[in-house]
Amino acid sequence: MIHFVLLISRQGKVRLTKWYSPYSQKERTKVIRELSGVILTRGPKLCNFVEWRGYKVVYKRYASLYFCMCIDQEDNELEILEIIHHYVEILDRYFGSVCELDLIFNFHKAYYILDELLIAGELQEPSKKTVARLIAAQDSLVETAKEEASSISNIIAQATK
Amino acid sequence: MAGSSLMDTLFQRTLEDLIKGLRLHLIGESAFISKAMEDIRKEIKSTDPHTKSTALQKLSYLSSLYFYDMSWAAFHVVELMSSTRFAHKRIAYQAASLSFDENTPVLVLITNQLRKDLISTNELEVSLALECLSRIATVDLARDLTPEIFTLLSSGKVFVRKKAVGVVLRVFEKYPDAVKVCFKRLVENLEGSDQQVVSVAVGVFCELALKNPRSYLPLAPEFYRILVESRNNWILIKVLKIFAKLALLEPRLANKVVEPICDHMKRTDAKSLVFECIRTVVTSLTDYESAVKLAAVRIREMLMDDDPNLKYLALQALSTVAPNHVWVVVENKEIVIKSLSDEDPNIKLESLRLVMMMVSQSNIVEISRVLLNYALKSDPFFCNEILGSILSTCCRNVYEIIVDFDWYVSLLGEMSRIPHCQKGDEIEKQLIDIGMRVEDVRLELVRVARDLLIDPALLGNSFLYRTLSAAAWVSGAYVEFSKNPFELMEALLQPRTYLLPPLIRAVYLQSAFKVLVYSLHSYLLQRGITERDFAEGSDYAQHDASASLNQEEGFNPRVLNQSFDDLSVEHGEEISAGHGQASAFDSLGTNSFSDESIMNMINLIELAVGPLSGSLDVEVQERARNIRSFIELIKQEMVDCLAQKEESLDRNKTEVSKIIKLMHDAFSSELGPVSVTAQERVPIPDGLLLKENLEDLETICPDVQLPLLNSFSFGSPQSEETNGDSLPDLQNKVESEPSKESTSLLAQHRKRHGLYYLPSEKKEISNDYPPANDLKSENDRNNDAENLVKLTEQSLVPKKKPSNAKTRPVVVKLDEGDQVSIAAKAQPKDDLLSGAVREVLLGNDTNDSLSQSKPSDRSSARRKGKEKLNLDSPSESKENLDDVKKHDDEIPSSRKNKHRKHGKERRHKTSGNVLDEGGENSQKGKEKTGHRHGKHKARQRADVPLNVVSQTPVIPDFLL
Repeated sequence: MIHFVLLISRQGKVRLTKWYSPYSQKERTKVIRELSGVILTRGPKLCNFVEWRGYKVVYKRYASLYFCMCIDQEDNELEILEIIHHYVEILDRYFGSVCELDLIFNFHKAYYILDELLIAGELQEPSKKTVARLIAAQDSLVETAKEEASSISNIIAQATK
Repeated sequence: MAGSSLMDTLFQRTLEDLIKGLRLHLIGESAFISKAMEDIRKEIKSTDPHTKSTALQKLSYLSSLYFYDMSWAAFHVVELMSSTRFAHKRIAYQAASLSFDENTPVLVLITNQLRKDLISTNELEVSLALECLSRIATVDLARDLTPEIFTLLSSGKVFVRKKAVGVVLRVFEKYPDAVKVCFKRLVENLEGSDQQVVSVAVGVFCELALKNPRSYLPLAPEFYRILVESRNNWILIKVLKIFAKLALLEPRLANKVVEPICDHMKRTDAKSLVFECIRTVVTSLTDYESAVKLAAVRIREMLMDDDPNLKYLALQALSTVAPNHVWVVVENKEIVIKSLSDEDPNIKLESLRLVMMMVSQSNIVEISRVLLNYALKSDPFFCNEILGSILSTCCRNVYEIIVDFDWYVSLLGEMSRIPHCQKGDEIEKQLIDIGMRVEDVRLELVRVARDLLIDPALLGNSFLYRTLSAAAWVSGAYVEFSKNPFELMEALLQPRTYLLPPLIRAVYLQSAFKVLVYSLHSYLLQRGITERDFAEGSDYAQHDASASLNQEEGFNPRVLNQSFDDLSVEHGEEISAGHGQASAFDSLGTNSFSDESIMNMINLIELAVGPLSGSLDVEVQERARNIRSFIELIKQEMVDCLAQKEESLDRNKTEVSKIIKLMHDAFSSELGPVSVTAQERVPIPDGLLLKENLEDLETICPDVQLPLLNSFSFGSPQSEETNGDSLPDLQNKVESEPSKESTSLLAQHRKRHGLYYLPSEKKEISNDYPPANDLKSENDRNNDAENLVKLTEQSLVPKKKPSNAKTRPVVVKLDEGDQVSIAAKAQPKDDLLSGAVREVLLGNDTNDSLSQSKPSDRSSARRKGKEKLNLDSPSESKENLDDVKKHDDEIPSSRKNKHRKHGKERRHKTSGNVLDEGGENSQKGKEKTGHRHGKHKARQRADVPLNVVSQTPVIPDFLL
C-alpha cells in the first residue's frame, strides 16, 4: 500500500502531504526532511526509486514539483509511477495546464482530488473522467451553498440573531 | 457576541489571504504564522460555521504543510462535522483525517456523526465519512460501524461501494471480527462485473494476502478467473501479487497459473504488468523452466532499455532469480558489471549486490582486487558499500569462501588504507576474529598489524582507529610471531598516539606491556642459552663495542628523535655499560635481544608511559601505572645485572626471571572464540529458578523496565543474526570465557599447534604502503570491467573445485549445529485477522485439522468453540465450501485419522488427490489459529452434530 504522498518543490518547500499510515507530527517533519534531502539531490537522469528505511519511495518530477509516494517492498514501482502520472493528468485537466501556483493556492482541492484517486493507500479510481466528474459534483454542491451563505440577507439575519 | 462574529466573518482572512501573506513574508515567516495562529484560535471558537470552517481550513493548511500542532482543535473539528453544509463538513472531515489518531480523546464523540453520514442519502457525504474512516478507524469505531459498512458493501452506487470496499481493509485490521460479517460481501464484490469495484476489492485482497496468504487459498478460483479474463492492468498487477504469495503455498496452483502469466508476459506492452509478471515468476515460479526463460528474455530487454527505472528493476529481478538460476545473471553479466560504473548510485548498488552473488571460492581473490580498485576511485559512500559487501561476503559462514587467509588478512590491511574507508569496526572484528580462529595466519596477521601500526600517517584518520586498535591487540597477543618486537614497541608508543581516543590508547598500552614481557622473557631465555658460551664471547666483546654503538643508534632512530634530555643521558650510560654483552648476541639475527636493546626498550617505555600515568582517562592511567610498576619492579635488578655481569647472573635469574616468567605465563594463555550458545551450555546451578515468576517485583518497583526476557531465558533467539559469524567483541570473549564446553574446545584447539605455514610465495610488503594502491591504478574502468567479466565467467562455468596449492587452514568454528535449534525457537506470532478470515472461508474445518494435528486433549474444546462460531453465521461459513462438503460429509469422523494418513502416503507417490492434499496443506499453517478460539470458549456449546467435523479445507477441484 501507499504509506504517504508528498509534493515537494525543487526548493524543498512542501506543497502537499497525505498520510495513509499513522505518523506523528514529529515523525512527519522528520520524514520530509530526510526524503527531500535524498530526492532533491538526485540528478535528472537517474531512476525514480529510492530505498528508504525498508520502504521504497517512488518519485517523479513534473516541472518544479516532485511527487513522491512511499510504498512497501512488494509493491510495483512502475504501477506507482503510473498512479503519479495519473494524478498529475487529473490535476492538469482540472486546473487547465496545472502549475505549482495552482496547487499552492488550491491546496485543499489537490487533496480532494487525491482523495478520489486513492483510498486507504490503494488506488480506488483508475478513470480520469470519473474523478473529474466527482470533483465537479462536489464543487457545484459547495458553490450553491456558498452563494446562499454570502447573500446579504443571510449576513443580516446572522447579525441580528 | 453576534457583533464580533459579524466582524470576524467580514474581516476574516481567508485561506487565500493566508497563503498570499505567507508568500510575502518569506523572512518573518514564523512571526507571521504565529500571528495567524492567534487569529485562528479566536476565529475557530466562533458560532458562525462559515468563520469556523475558514479558520479550520487555515489551520489544516498550516498543520499539513508547516506541521503545526492542531490536536487542540479536535473538538472544533467534531463540532463542524455535524454542520449541514457540505462545504463545512468537507473541511471538517479533511481536518479530522489529517489530525486525528488513536489517542485523540474526542474520537468517541464522532461515532454517531459518522454513522449518520454513512447512511446519508447524499453520496458525497457518505464518501466523506468513508474517506475519513479509512484513515482514523480505531477498534471502537470499526466495531460500531461494521453494520453500516456491511450495508454499503452492497450499495447500488458504484461510487459508494468501491469506497466501502476500500475501507473494509482498515476495518478488518482494527476489528478482525468484522470479517465474519463483511467477508462474504467483500468476496461478492470481487465477483461483480464492475471493474472499478473489482479493482479496489482485488487491492484489498492483495493487502490481506500479503500479510497471511494461506487464509486466502480457497479464493484461488476467483483470482484465477480474474487473471484469465481481465484485461485491466491495474487489476492484473494486484492479482499477480496475490498469486505470487499463493503459488508458494500450493504447488498445483503454481502449475495452473504459469501459463496465463506467461501469456500476459508475451502479450502486454505495459511495462508495469510485464515487470509484475517477471517478479511473480522469479519469486514464486522458479521451478518452471519455460517461464523463467521467458522472464529472462524480458529482463534482458529491460536491462538494455535506456530508461534507468527499467534497468534498476531488472537488476533487482536478477538478484531475486540468482539463487535459483544463476545462468540468467551470467547471460547478462556484461551489463551487470558495466552498471558498476553507472551514474545512478542505486543502480551501482544493485549491480554490486549481483557481483557479490557471483563470487565464489575460486574468484574471490581477483574480484576483490578489482572491486578494491573501483572503491579507490568511487565516492565515499559507494566505496564503503563496496568494502562492506566484500567484508560481509568474506566472513559469511566463518570465512567459508576464503582459502588463503594470508591474502585475506593483507586485503584487510589494504582496505583500511583506502582514504574513504569507514569500515574500521568491521575490519577490527575480523582481524581479531581471524587471529583467534586461524592459527596459521598469525604470522601474516602480525606483519599486517605491524605495517598498520608503524605508519604514523594512519593515526590521523579517525575512521581507522578501530582497525588500529585491532592491530595493536593482534601485535600484543601474537607478539611471538613478530620479527622485531622493538620496532613494534616503538610503533605502539610513538608520540602521535596521543591522537587516539583513550580506550584505544589503553589497548595500545596493554599491547606494549605484552610486547615488553615477551621481550624480557625471550631475553632471559636467550641468556640462559648463551651463558655457557659467554666466556668465549666476552673476549671479543670489547672489539665490537663501537660497532654496537652505531648499530644501536641506527636501530632506534625514533627514540633519539624524541630528544628528551634524560633519555639521551641514560641512553649513553646504558650503552657504555652494556657493550660487552650486546655484541655477543649480534650474530643471532634480528630477533635477538641484547642487553642494550632491552634497556632501551625499558627506557623508552618509561619515557612514553610516564606522562600517561597522570592521564584523565582511568583505563589509560591504570594501564600506564601497571607498566610503570612492573618496570620499577625489574629495572633495578636488570641494571645491576648488566653492571655486574656474570657474577650476579644467577641471583638475577632467580629473582627477575621469576617475575617475568609469571607475567609471561599470564599473557601467553590463548584467547579463543566463544560460541554464541556458550551461555546456554552453562549448567543451571542447583536451586536457581530461572523461570520463577517475578511479578511481585512489579509492585515493588513498577517503573523499572525489566530487561528483555531474552537475556535470561534459555534458547532465546537473541543472536540469530550474528550466529553465522559469531563475532562477539573482544571484551566479551575475555570475560565470558570460562564456560565448560568452550574451555574444553579451547584446549583441543590449543593442541592443534604446529602447522604454521610459512610465507613462501609471499609478496614482499615491508614498505609502509602496500602495493594495492598503486597497482593498476592507472587502469581505466573499462579495463576493470572487462577483467571482472572475465573472472566471473571463469567462476561461473561449472567446474570442479580447483585443487589449490595451499590447503585451507583450520578455522575454529564453535556454532555448528546450534543454529537450527535457535531458529526453531522463534515463534510466529498469532494473527487475529487471518484467523478470522480462515474461519469464515473454511468454516470449522481449519480447526478440525488443527485438532487432528495436535494432541487430542485440546481438540475437543477447540472443536466446540468452533461450532459455535459456525452457528453464529452459518451462511458465510458454508457458502464457499459447498463443493467441499460433498466430498467430506460421508466420511465419518471416527475414520478420519486413518483417512488422513492415507492421504499423506499417497501424496508421496503422485502429488495426487485433491482432497487430501488440500487438507494437508492448510493443516500445516494451522497452529496459529489456536489462541483465537480461546476467546470464544466462553460461548461454547457442546451439542454439535458430529458430521460437521469432518469437513476439510480444500481448494476446490476447479484448480486441477
